[in-house]
Order: sequence, then C-alpha cells, then structure tokens
Amino acid sequence: MALLETRSLTASYGDFQALFGVDVRLEEGQTVAIIGANGAGKTTLMRSISGVLRNALDQISFDGREIGGLSAPDVVALGVAMVPEGRKLFPSLTVEENLLIGRYGRAVEGFWSLETIYEMFPILKERRNNPGTALSGGQQQMVAIGRALMSNPRVLLCDELSLGLAPVVIKDIYAAFPKIKASGASIIIVEQDIGQALKVADQVYCMMEGRITLSGKPSEISREQIHAAYFGAHA
Amino acid sequence: MSLVSSNQWAVETRTRASSMFFVIAAVAVLIAFAAPFFLSRSGIQDLFFILTMLVLAQCWNLLAGYAGLVSVGQQAFVGFGAYAMFATVILLGLDPLVGVLAGGLMGALLAIPTGFFAFRLQGAYFAIGTWVIAEVVRLSMAQWKALGGGTGTSLPTTATRDMVGVKLVQDIFGVRSAQAVDILCYWLALILAVASVVFIYRLLRSRQGLGLAAVRDNTVAARAVGVDALRIKAAVYIIVAFITGLVGALIYVQKARISPDAAFAVTDWTAYVIFIVVIGGIGAIEGPIVGVLVLYLLQTLLADYGSWYLLALGLIGIAVMLFAPRGLWGLFTERTGIQLFPVRRILTGGTNKTNGGTNV
Amino acid sequence: MSVLDTLIQGILLGGLYTLFAAGLALVFGIMRLVNLAHGDLIVMAAFLILYLVTGLGLNPFVAALIAMPVMFGIGWALQYFVLNRTLGPDILPPLLVTFGLSIVIQNGLLQGFSADSRRIPIGPLESASINLGPIAVGVMPLLTFASAVLVIVALNVIFYRTSLGRAFRATSDDKVTAGLMGIRPDNIFAIATGLALVVATIAALYLGARANFDPTIGPARLIYAFEAVIIGGLGSFWGTLVGGIIIGVAQTFGASINPEWQILAGHVAFLIVLLFRPRGLFPRAVD
Repeated sequence: MALLETRSLTASYGDFQALFGVDVRLEEGQTVAIIGANGAGKTTLMRSISGVLRNALDQISFDGREIGGLSAPDVVALGVAMVPEGRKLFPSLTVEENLLIGRYGRAVEGFWSLETIYEMFPILKERRNNPGTALSGGQQQMVAIGRALMSNPRVLLCDELSLGLAPVVIKDIYAAFPKIKASGASIIIVEQDIGQALKVADQVYCMMEGRITLSGKPSEISREQIHAAYFGAHA
Repeated sequence: MSLVSSNQWAVETRTRASSMFFVIAAVAVLIAFAAPFFLSRSGIQDLFFILTMLVLAQCWNLLAGYAGLVSVGQQAFVGFGAYAMFATVILLGLDPLVGVLAGGLMGALLAIPTGFFAFRLQGAYFAIGTWVIAEVVRLSMAQWKALGGGTGTSLPTTATRDMVGVKLVQDIFGVRSAQAVDILCYWLALILAVASVVFIYRLLRSRQGLGLAAVRDNTVAARAVGVDALRIKAAVYIIVAFITGLVGALIYVQKARISPDAAFAVTDWTAYVIFIVVIGGIGAIEGPIVGVLVLYLLQTLLADYGSWYLLALGLIGIAVMLFAPRGLWGLFTERTGIQLFPVRRILTGGTNKTNGGTNV
Repeated sequence: MSVLDTLIQGILLGGLYTLFAAGLALVFGIMRLVNLAHGDLIVMAAFLILYLVTGLGLNPFVAALIAMPVMFGIGWALQYFVLNRTLGPDILPPLLVTFGLSIVIQNGLLQGFSADSRRIPIGPLESASINLGPIAVGVMPLLTFASAVLVIVALNVIFYRTSLGRAFRATSDDKVTAGLMGIRPDNIFAIATGLALVVATIAALYLGARANFDPTIGPARLIYAFEAVIIGGLGSFWGTLVGGIIIGVAQTFGASINPEWQILAGHVAFLIVLLFRPRGLFPRAVD
C-alpha cells in the first residue's frame, strides 16, 4: 500500500476547477516529482494534500487514513509537512524562531532537530538571530526546508524550491536531498526545473490543465514524451 | 437615426420598481407635509424623531457605507451644531432658524480641523480618533460658561415664540406657540430628510459617486484611474458634518434645552444611528429608512423595559452584522431583486432588440 | 502640589491606564482587531470581583485570581464563537459587532447591578501611603504601577520568549502558512483575547478598588486605553506603558491647573502626539 495517495482528486476555486481526477502515489522512502507548466495544477495539488484546500475525505489517503477533508494543522500533526511556494517565512520571527515554529503542531523526536538542521545548513546557525526575511533567497529556502523538517515529517512536500533562485543556489539546495531521504522522509517535489526533478526523483508525474498526462520512472520516459505531456501533443 | 439608436448601448441606473417607487414616494411626502392637520402633537414629535434620526443615519451610511469612514464621533457635529444654534440665539439674539443654519456651517467648519487629525488615522483607528475628538469638543463646550458650562442652559421662551413662521403656524392650526414650534421643526425635518435623501441619491449616481464606489472597492485601483480618494473622502466628511450640524441644531430648537452630556451623547447620536444603518442595511439608501422604522417600532414596543431595550438593540445589531451583513434591506433585495434607489449602473441595449422608443 | 508630586501622581496614574490598554494592544497586535467593548469588559470584570468579594467574602486579590480564569474563558469563547467570524479585510464587521457588544454589556450590567456607584472594598490598604523622600505616595497607586510594569514584562516574555508567543507572531504574519506549522489560527486568536481579558481583570481590580465605578464608565476607560496604545505605536508593549504614562501625566498636570481640565488635557496630549507622530512613538517596522 502506498504511503500517500490521491484518488480521482478534484479541486476548485469557486467556479474554476483546477484539478480533474488526479491520481498520484507516493511509496514509503520514495521521492516523487511533479512537473508541468504554470497553471497545470501542481500547486493546487500540493495545497490539497497539505490541507490548505479542503477536498472530499476519501480523495487523499495517508498511511491508510483518509485525510482529504482534514485541515492543515490536522495533516501536519499526522506527519505531512510542506515547504510552501515562495518560502513564506514569518517576517516577525528570527531564523531560529522560524525553525522552532516548525514543530508547533507536531513535536516528535526524530532525526531532525535544531542541531541536525544547522549541521546541514551551517549558514543558518551563523544567522540564527536575524529576521528570517533578511536572508538571501537561497538561505530563506534553507530555512523553509528546515522549518518543515523540524516536525520530523514522514512526508515532505516541496513546492517550487527552485523558483527565483540562481542555478548554483538551486544546486546547493538539492544537495541536501540525499540527507533528507536518508532521514527516512518520503518526498514529493513540484518543479518547473525538469532536469533537477528527474535527477532526484524515483517517479515522475507530468501535469497539464489539471490532469496527469504522463507518469513513470525518470529512466523510462523520454524527453519527447515529457515535451508532449508538458505542452500538449499538438504544441 | 432609428437604426443607430437600436444598436447603441445605454447606461441606465433606473429600474421599473424604482420609477414606480418615485411616484409613491412623492405622494408619501405630500401626505407627510399634511400630517400636522390630522396627527396629534405627540404623533408629530414621534415623526420628528424618526425624520431627524433618518437624516443622521443617511449621513452615517454615506460616511461608513460608501466612503469607508467608520466614525463613532458624529455626536461631535450634532452637539456642536446645537451649541452654535444656542450661541446664535442667546449671545447674538438672532432667530433660531438662523441658528440652525449657523449650526450646519459651524459643523462644516469644525470638520476641517477634526478631519485634519482624524484623517491621519487609518481604518479602525479613524473610529477611535473621531471619538476622542468628540470628547474634546464635549469637554470644551462644558467650559463655555456663557452657555451654562457643564450643566447646560435653555432657550429663552421668547426666542422660540418669536421664531419666523411660528405666528403663521399658530394662526393656521389655532394652536399654542410650543406646539407651533413642534410643527415648524417637523416640517423643516421633513424638508431636510427629503433633501438629504435626494442629495445622497444624486451624489451616488454622479461621477463623484462612481469615484466613491471605486475608492471603497479598491483604493489603489481607484487612484490608478485618477480618482483622488482623500479629496473625495474629505469632501464627504465635511458635507456630512454640515448636514449633521443642521440636524443637531434643529433637534435642539425643538428640545429648547441643552447640556454637553445630552448634546454629545454617544448613545443617542451615534449608537442608535449605527444600529439603524446596520439593521436596515449598510451601503444602501433604503437601509436607513428601514432601520429607522425598526428602531421606532422597537422603541415603542420596549419603551417600558428600560435597559432591556438597548440590550435587545445591541443583540439584534450583532446578529444582523454576523448573519446578514447587508441588513434587512439587503435580505429583501437578495430575495426580490427590487431596488428603490438604484445607484448601480445597468447596461441596456446594444443588441438588435429594440430598446427605447425612437425606432418603434 | 509641587511639580514633582504631580509628575509622580501622573506616572502612577499612567500605570492604571497601561493596564486598561495592555490587553487591547495584545489583541490589536495579533489580529488587527479593535475591540470597542474592551472598556465594558473591564467594568464587567470589576463587577465579577465585587460579587466575589461582597457575596463570598473573599479577599479582593484572591477574588481577582479567581476571576482571571473566568474572564479568560469568556474572552476565549467570545473570540472563538463570535469575533473570529468578523475578521477579514473589511474593518466594519469587527467594529460594529464589538460596538454592539459594548452596548449589550453596559445594559446587561445596568439590568443586573443597577446604575449605582460601587467600589471594591480593600480595607486599610485603600488609604495607606508611604513616604518616598519628600513625597507621600499611595500604596494602591504604587501597587497599580508595579502591576502594570509586571504585566508589560510578562506580555513581552510570552510574546518573544515562548512557543505560544511565536505562534502569536506567526499567525499575525500569515494565517495560511501558520496553519502549515500546525497552528490553529482560530484557537490562537481565542487564546489572545482570553489573555487580554486576564489583563483586563487585573485592571478591573485596581479600577474598582481605587475609585467608584458603575456600568456606564467603560467607554471612557476604553478611550484612555486606545490613546495609550496609539501613542505607544502598534505592537510595542513598552510603548503602551509610555503611552499610558503620557496620558496619566497630562491628566494630573491638567487637573493641577483646573480640575475640570483633567480629561481634556489627556485628550489634547494624545492629539498633539498624533500631530507629530501619526504612527505613535515606537511604531513597528512592518505593519
């Protein structure tokens, strides 16, 4: 049984339907990448899983429980943490406080703690007393990842980690992934940077206009297939 | 010619219900003018109360519902207008009606320095600021020894008896001067009520009104299309102060006795007014009309229950705000689609449907 | 009265106003909610304490301790079930609902306790004073001021040193992202209002013990509180203390010239500060 699974997931913002029956599976220990153009529904999918958007209860299951209708705090408490798009650090909190608040709703002992996160991102320890928003984009992304890891989640959702960051910074961020995987967390990343996504993922889903248009292992799918799934067959 | 007009778009704000309503309203106003011929003195006094509260409520609705200026300090202008009237009569020896006019002018004048302070505050702080200003004005008036200081004073009976028009009303109705003053005040209140409703209606349908709606909905966007939010708001604030001052002065011509605590009472001149607007329907001209009738009804029903009356009013106000934020009139409009004072613009024509009579 | 004496009386009076204001500052800082019923809630707490003292014969300080959790519960429920529904970009609903609440509480208290003036009896403490150098200072004003400083310190510790305080600030910054941290904004807001009413209970004890009160005095206390908060600047608790002291000192100096000018002088001081520092003396960098 998959650790986390969506079944015919639909989601709407008022009259606008953003997802039309999306099926995604995340196995324990895996990393799944979701790619697609702007407006394909990737962020809506993440907001649905994390509980920011409420869905029908049975459309999302986690560890055998139906969680589609739960609120974000309930989902976090079960062990699904999110690094939101745009990092969303709290400007009134210092770097360290931003990290500490990550365990507000789920204070579970595990691999991740202030020490292990500072070990992974040493720069954050140096700047621990700065306001979170005084950091560079890449450093802010490190805080956002650390903040989500502080709850020792079983599933880590990462929405657009590379957005607005320089390639060399993106490389630094993704360098942390082996360690996160080794800590036992399963990961779903949403990426527009296809190359980066294919590198870290065990399974790739491509989305277009609210539907999954392609899925498979990175080694099994070709550039042409991705291109077709990404932009539509007639593009 | 006919071809052109049939394909032209036309912007309308009138609806069929509103056209019909205007006829009914005109008849109602005529009947209201004749009311002193068939109503008792207490009936006229009740109508005077309703009309003056209606004007205050229309003013507050324009401020809060349209200009986004949530003031809880309008009692400043009621009291200041009333005191200006008293000063005109007692200190200058002029006619109370001149005093009423002076009340309006002084209200508008007061709005300039108070606006200067209050407009430095945003949103909710604006509300607090207006309240503090009203307190400052009240406490200052209490220092005005010539007008009775903290205990207040009365209008000399000769002043109201000799007021312009009182003799005439006395002769027409064959009543004593006190009752004639009531009738005269009632007529003035009626004129003021009709004038303020018409004025607000026309304002909201004008270019400036459109700007006001734009400011309320989105200040930034309104600025981008060239609407000067601050200027429009300041103008509304001063105009409302003028009308509120007039009403305050008029109310105290009828009461003939003033004290700072009564003239600047937050309950009488702001709490009631806010409940009228909220319960009736904020952001609609019909709202205060419905609200003032509800208030009068509640006041009559609960007159013997003292503070239960205000308690009930508060609870109803809270419930309406939580569950029907557009008030009773909003609920009615939602169900029926009827608007009596349509200020929303409706686009008509533009298809080959014949619209408007020229080509039929 | 010497200038120094007036100054000290004013500073101590500022302590009382700080207590009125601190809960307001907390609630406004976290959820941008202006609670127009705050003054009436203080008066309500004073009646609760009075009831515990005269009805059950408790010591006033013990009575206040018992009233605190009750008032916390009332604040929590009020926020959770009523005021949370009014929060949003439109400022009208919270203003009008709390304004309605103010009228409801005032008239409920009038109905329950009549319009008579009351006082919380505190025995000999009421008139006790100690000599600080050349100046005699009342023990109650001194206690009030000490409590005010303690409350400000406590609020600062809660706000800046605890997990709850981090949740307060995070929720204030961004409700949605706070949810992703496992924070329930509705509950956080309710706790904040509960805490504000605990502070209001402390204010009520000193309000009721130092002077007469009746159900209608809430709004005037609310105005002093707001003046203190606005003078201090949004979200700064120490600023609120400074604001309270400025109002207190202005009032005692006004009163020393002419007793009728006491309240007026406080308002005028507020308007003058507003004229030069519209965002208060210690404004927060990000609003």
